[in-house]
Amino acid sequence: MKLVMTTARELFGLFVDDGSLAIALVLWIIVLDAARGLWPSLDPWGAAILFLGCIAILIENTLRAAKRS
Amino acid sequence: MIDWAHAGPSVLAAFLASLVEFVEALTIVLAVGTVRGWYPALIGTAGGVVLLVALVIMLGPALSLIPITVLQLVVGTLLLLFGMRWLRKAMLRAAGVIPLHDETEAFAKETAAIRGDGRAAAVTWDTVAVVTSFKAVVLEGLEVVFIVIAVGATGDMLVPASIGAAIAGIMVVVLGLAVHRPLAQVPENTLKFTVGVLLSAFGVFWVAKGLGYEWPGDDLSVIGLVLGLLAVSVAAVPGVRRRAGAAQPVAMNREKVRLP
Repeated sequence: MKLVMTTARELFGLFVDDGSLAIALVLWIIVLDAARGLWPSLDPWGAAILFLGCIAILIENTLRAAKRS
Repeated sequence: MIDWAHAGPSVLAAFLASLVEFVEALTIVLAVGTVRGWYPALIGTAGGVVLLVALVIMLGPALSLIPITVLQLVVGTLLLLFGMRWLRKAMLRAAGVIPLHDETEAFAKETAAIRGDGRAAAVTWDTVAVVTSFKAVVLEGLEVVFIVIAVGATGDMLVPASIGAAIAGIMVVVLGLAVHRPLAQVPENTLKFTVGVLLSAFGVFWVAKGLGYEWPGDDLSVIGLVLGLLAVSVAAVPGVRRRAGAAQPVAMNREKVRLP
C-alpha cells in the first residue's frame, strides 16, 4: 500500500512541482481552446500566442520562486 | 519506414531524459548492492524491469484506441507540465537559487538509510534491499516510460524514442558496471535544462495541434520552438539570480564536476 501511495505521489510530482505553474499553464490552454471557438480568425496566430504565453508563465513563475527563496 | 531526419529530436529528447532517470536509479541500486549485497539488489531491479515492460506492453496498444486530437492534447499538456517543471527547476539551479543535485550525496544518504541493521553482502532474501531497488527502478523507470510514450506516441515516433531510451539505459548500466560508483560526473543540471527545453517544445507543439491550431512549417517548427525556449530561458537565468540576490552565482558551465 505504501509503495502504491509513493508511486502515486511520485507520478503526480512528475507534472506538478509548484502548483501555480501547472494551474497557470492548464488555464492558458483552456483560454486558447475557448478563444478558438470565439475568434476563428485567431487560427494563423493561435499556436504562436500559445507558445509566447507559456514562456511568459514560465519566466514569471521562476522569477516569483526566486524572490520567495 | 522511419524518417530519421524527423526522428532526431524524439531520439535526443528520450535519450537525454532517460539518461538522467537511469543515473538516479543506478545511484540507489549501487547503494543497495554495496551495503546489503548484490543478490537482493539485482532481484529488486529485475522485478522493477519486468513490471515496467508489462506496463509498456499493456499501455502501447491502448494508445492506438484514443482519437489522435485527444491524444495530442492530453499528451501535449502532460509533456508541457513535465518539461516546464524541469526547466523551471534547472533555471533556479543554474541561477544558484536551489542547490545542484549531487549523486555522491544521494548515494551517501541512501547508503546511510538502508544500512539499518548493519548487515552486509547478503546472499539470501533481504526484503529491505529488494524493495528499495525495486522501488527505485519502478519510480525512475515510470518517468522513462512516460517520456518515451509522450515523445513517441503522438508523432508515430515510438520506435525512435524507445531506441533513444534504450541507448541511455545501456550506457548507464555499462558505466555503472565499470565504475561501481554513482555517476557524479554527469552534468545533471545541464541535461535537465536541455531536456526541459526539448520536452516543453514538444508539449507546446502537440497542445497547439490538439487544439486545432496549425504551425508554420509543421514538424520543422519544433526546431524553432526549441531554439526560442532555449534562448529565453538561458537569457532569464541572470535575472532569476538577481531576483534571488544569490550571493554565490553558479553558472551552468561551471557546474560541479567530480570524479567518481
